[in-house]
Amino acid sequence: MIEIDNITKIYDSARAVDGVSMTIDTGTITVIVGTSGSGKTTLLRLINRLEEPTSGEVRINGQSTLDVKPHILRRRIGYAIQGHGLFPHHTVARNIGAVPQLLGWSRDKIDARVDELLDLFSMAPQDFRNRYPSELSGGQQQRVGVARALASRPDLILMDEPFGALDPIIRTRAQEDLRRIQQALGSTIILVTHDMEEAIRLGDRVAVMDGGKLVQYATPADIITHPATDFVADMVGDVERPLRLLSLTPLADVIEDGHASGTPLPPDANLRDALSACLWTGRSAVPISDHGKVIGRVTLDAIRARAEVHA
Amino acid sequence: MTAGNLLRLGLLGLLLALVLRPDWFTPLFTPLAPAGGPVIYARSSLLSLSLSHLGLVALASVAATLVAVTLAIFVTRPVGASFLPLSRTITNIGQTFPPVAVLALAVPALGFGSGPTLVALFLYGLLPIFENAITALSTLPPATMEAARGMGLNRWQRLWRVELPLALPVILTGIRLSVVIALGTATIGSTVAARTLGEVIIAGLLTNNTAYVLQGGLIVGLFAVLIYDAMAQLERYLAARMGG
Ligand SMILES: Nc1ncnc2c1ncn2[C@@H]1O[C@H](COP(=O)(O)OP(=O)(O)OP(=O)(O)O)[C@@H](O)[C@H]1O
Ligand SMILES: [Mg+2]
Repeated sequence: MIEIDNITKIYDSARAVDGVSMTIDTGTITVIVGTSGSGKTTLLRLINRLEEPTSGEVRINGQSTLDVKPHILRRRIGYAIQGHGLFPHHTVARNIGAVPQLLGWSRDKIDARVDELLDLFSMAPQDFRNRYPSELSGGQQQRVGVARALASRPDLILMDEPFGALDPIIRTRAQEDLRRIQQALGSTIILVTHDMEEAIRLGDRVAVMDGGKLVQYATPADIITHPATDFVADMVGDVERPLRLLSLTPLADVIEDGHASGTPLPPDANLRDALSACLWTGRSAVPISDHGKVIGRVTLDAIRARAEVHA
Repeated sequence: MTAGNLLRLGLLGLLLALVLRPDWFTPLFTPLAPAGGPVIYARSSLLSLSLSHLGLVALASVAATLVAVTLAIFVTRPVGASFLPLSRTITNIGQTFPPVAVLALAVPALGFGSGPTLVALFLYGLLPIFENAITALSTLPPATMEAARGMGLNRWQRLWRVELPLALPVILTGIRLSVVIALGTATIGSTVAARTLGEVIIAGLLTNNTAYVLQGGLIVGLFAVLIYDAMAQLERYLAARMGG
């Protein structure tokens, strides 16, 4: 558990982070979202002490981060910096293996871990292992930056706009990969973005920041249905609200018996996918199939009911 | 083979011939020598003069590099930042002091021979290395430095594994400038009895023998060109590897 306790950072009179308190459960993804300059990066850097707080403190599993030497603390916390920050004079493999090497892992174990991570991020190890960062595309550099943060399997991982430079398709896949990796390892992730869509898709909890203050800290559904301030409502976007809400519900939650025709969807697709499929093909229901076996259907009426509950 | 490599090979061949087989050039230099006088310098072997010349330059440059880079590291740390202006002033003054004056002042303290020359070369070598090292160490990519700190490298690890390797190409440029300056400046060391190729040139000046002057000048010049070129290539290679 990570407790951020009334933390404040003042840069010559500007309050970059202003009295933020939040408790983050182990094994969850917390997404910090806000406009540019709202203090997201500063808050992240206060957690691994790249920045010392003006007041307040952070506790990890009850222990204050101020009681640990900063560089020792940072070796236990993965950090994917905004704009990757790869070492230009080291190969991809050395970049990813940097922290394991600091922690004294054996050569073989590091090599295996590097290949595993490259595979996870869809970069063929034999192609990419020995390249230098200048020989990668922006999106590949960013993925290597994220892989580097994950390399030593830290319990806590901080990510600052890790998917900013990715195109929409790769971005969605990277988000799914991250979800999968996080669930498999049970790591705790704090991720910064300015994209509400990404926050809702990835976050177990979403923290909205505005002008250095934490204005709302809640589940994605709560943020959509009960925005605490006009600013949060603006971030969610009125037009997008029902669609964002639908994207949170998996089909498995509203499946019913009955017949439907056309291409089936998997049960872990969401209501927004089903709505889109209905509208595009003029159907009023879509079949749901799990591993090739049809297990029921989701109707347009059921989808509408879900979206209207909050009217 | 590219035209550049062909030229390099040609110059290297010429240099080796001038140093090892100076007699081959007798027909070429005869018109420049005084009538009936010696054409080719033979008072001591050109090879041993060359080695001694290069040795002095190498020794002074290594010492200047160590001192200048250490100083640059110190003044680019938070603790040393306040010494930056002072150290800049001192190295700049070192540069404005004429080398001949340094030799003259050093002789009473160190006696005739290599000592005063080493001191002069060392002092003249400091500035370019120091300035370049400061520039390199204070303009490292901020995101990379942040990442280095963020992953838990301590100060020493950051310096050795990240800062110095990244600064290396620019520091090497400074070393290259300083080595080339030293190769030329070392010739005047012969006025205080250091064994350098300056001996050939000075002998030529004293006896009105243009052949000697040209012979010594050519050898020093060729060493400078070839060493300059080799170091520039090394820098390019390193900079390319770092995505420059
Ligand atoms: N080292 C610093 N010195 C002075 N002011 C700073 C410093 N770092 C950040 N700030 C200020 O603190 C505020 C918050 O900055 P921060 O980098 O945390 O924003 P952010 O939410 O990450 O923005 P972005 O989305 O653009 O990355 C900004 O107004 C910024 O100008
Ligand atoms: Mg930021």
